[in-house]
Amino acid sequence: MTEIQSVQIITLTIDGKPVGASGGETILDVAKQNQVFIPTLCHLEGLIPYGACRLCLVEIKGNNKLVPACITKVAEGMEVITNNERLQRFRRWILELLFTERNHVCSVCVANGFCELQSLAEVLGMDHVRLPYLHPKFVVDATHDRFVSDNNRCILCGRCVRVCSDIEGAHTLDIMGRGIKARIVSDLDDDWGNSPTCTRCSKCVQVCPTGAIKEKGRRSVGEKFKHRDVIAHLAEMREAAREED
Amino acid sequence: MVTLDHLSDIRRKVSEAEEQRNHRIHVCVAAGCIAAGSRKLLRAFQEEITSRGLNDSCLVKGVGCIGPCAGSPAVAIEPEGIVYCSVKPEDVPEIMDSLAKQPVARLQMSRDLPFFTRQKKIVLENSGRIDPEQIDDYIAAKGYHALYKVISTMSPAEVISEVIKSGLRGRGGAGYPTGLKWTTVAKTGQQQKYVVCNADEGDPGAFMDRSVLESDPHRVLEGMAIAGYAVGANKGYIYIRAEYPLAYERLRKAIKQAEEYTFLGQSIMGTTYGFHVELRLGAGAYVCGEETALIASIEGGRGTPRPRPPYPAERGLFGKSTLINNVETYANISSIIRNGGDWFASIGTQNSKGTKVFALAGNVKNVGLIEVPMGETLREIIYEIGGGMEGQNKLKAVQTGGPTGGCIPESELDTPVDYESLASLGSIMGSGGMVVIDDSVSIVDIARYFMEFSVSESCGKCVPCRVGTTQMHELHAKINRGEGTKRDLELLEELCEVVKHTSLCGLGQSAPNPVLSTLRFFRSEYEAQLTDHEVLAAEGVAK
Repeated sequence: MTEIQSVQIITLTIDGKPVGASGGETILDVAKQNQVFIPTLCHLEGLIPYGACRLCLVEIKGNNKLVPACITKVAEGMEVITNNERLQRFRRWILELLFTERNHVCSVCVANGFCELQSLAEVLGMDHVRLPYLHPKFVVDATHDRFVSDNNRCILCGRCVRVCSDIEGAHTLDIMGRGIKARIVSDLDDDWGNSPTCTRCSKCVQVCPTGAIKEKGRRSVGEKFKHRDVIAHLAEMREAAREED
Repeated sequence: MVTLDHLSDIRRKVSEAEEQRNHRIHVCVAAGCIAAGSRKLLRAFQEEITSRGLNDSCLVKGVGCIGPCAGSPAVAIEPEGIVYCSVKPEDVPEIMDSLAKQPVARLQMSRDLPFFTRQKKIVLENSGRIDPEQIDDYIAAKGYHALYKVISTMSPAEVISEVIKSGLRGRGGAGYPTGLKWTTVAKTGQQQKYVVCNADEGDPGAFMDRSVLESDPHRVLEGMAIAGYAVGANKGYIYIRAEYPLAYERLRKAIKQAEEYTFLGQSIMGTTYGFHVELRLGAGAYVCGEETALIASIEGGRGTPRPRPPYPAERGLFGKSTLINNVETYANISSIIRNGGDWFASIGTQNSKGTKVFALAGNVKNVGLIEVPMGETLREIIYEIGGGMEGQNKLKAVQTGGPTGGCIPESELDTPVDYESLASLGSIMGSGGMVVIDDSVSIVDIARYFMEFSVSESCGKCVPCRVGTTQMHELHAKINRGEGTKRDLELLEELCEVVKHTSLCGLGQSAPNPVLSTLRFFRSEYEAQLTDHEVLAAEGVAK
């Protein structure tokens, strides 16, 4: 006998347009299905949502706090506003903060043209910076024979950390330090090249939205083409395997 | 099986031992007084009593915080109720000579002062009276009677309804109704639940929770055990910062004693209810006082917050339903159970019930730990209980709520202290820090001090808090250096708004408060420092 799973059907509005969803889906899921664009940076299909970049914040009628679309589940009768002058302003501010935080000089970056930070700035109209650049001086770790980690280009989205621990199961990469000094380290802040845990799977390179983690052996600028869909695929396969067990 | 007779026996034993002595000398052994030499003082009293052969008529013991911390070390003589401040070992013979005669006037702090008479002690009722390291002392002060009452005569639902009736709200700062929180956890149908006590007090200048834990640790354990019974949890964690070694040590001893008396453990008081408490040390991150970061830290992970919902009540520690309350919240529970929710609700204001402990600090005469009913005005607290300003300078502002609170100006001093009133002034109740600032201090400097704190304590997870607080600090410092322009001030204000509305956790969301509240009430001080100040003045913008 086949078990029929009951799925909760939910109706809500996104930017005034009525849409249908099933229980358990996030606002971001449903927005995507309905071709509504919500900017994201730390989010990546297949990884556990993190809620750190705050770009996907949306308004919900009756709730005086903004909520991250990547994590917040839809609810019956919810009225979501994904785009207005205030949200746009906040998103541009967040991008501006990111651009001032570290060294994001596109013209000399390996990710030029393939960078999510760059393209979001373009899409959201963040075209100049009013605040002072903070210019930190992080050490570049090029000890690995295949990869380079450059914290000066990192936006601390945590994708590499999550893919490394949750998808690859290696947990080589993690974040050390706090606040403005936080940075990606491998193992217990050792040289990446000496890591006994790194499986050289290169998933971190694939998920990095900027040029902070890159593969060696390319020339220099504008070559960081990535295969992002592979992560969602792997996550799905893993989930399917777990269900079979 | 423990019965009421057991508890009464212990009470009788302790009170008989006390009554046999004509004089009881209480020496404060909370951290502040220990730092001022109270352990030496305690020994000096013991030696003096022994050398005079008065061991049968005089009792000397170390007790928790007596209150007037500005006069550390403090000593109280019972049953007369005399308080001596700034006592040195050399003063001991003089004090011993004065027993049953006229008190030593030069050391005495009158008990008739508003500092003592205007306070209302619930959380601190045993502080300064019992030896925090003796469970019998606590029992003699009706300790563990509430736990006994709960286990022997009340259902979990009745306990919760009593807490709801009391109107108690979380004392950690946000003021969420405690009864509602307990109900939510009780109603989740999960098998394994946890009770967590947040003792990661990190506000600069705040020492309320520390004092409660050092002066009356059993009170917190009893509150947690009652909470565990009410919500259906059999395991509790106290997350305490490693910077509080004395509080940690006293808690450790208290847990051991409570286990020996079966007030904690597998079978509490011989019943089927079991509740274990473990201690966890925090490694010094302010953000770990945020509940989701605290949970991550107990689990052994990096102490960073995660978005809520799901709230800890639904998915908390190790993925299980978890009740998290602050030290002071748990410390109120036993009194509520013993005296009833209605009694508690009769104290305080319409929406803020009971009392609140404040750490009174800054340019005020009576620096110390106080407990007042909710709804007292700031003016009453500072000028009556606090004894007014220290020195010749006038009061400029009161800073409440710690680094994420705000500065309240002289003109608003008649505001009653409750959650809503403080919030309406752009500050917060917070955990209970209260710093009095006189007019010799630049308010811009004060805001910068708290900004620096937020910058160094941001965990770095979300962008607005990590970069936003740093940039706020840069802009603020630029203005403070006299290099800022009107445009910088506008940018600063806009950035404050962004950080407030877009940060992930409460720390980031309230990090702009010191700047916003000082801008609200002391804008001219900022404007006076702008390079284009003269232009502004000419336009009539600045005074």
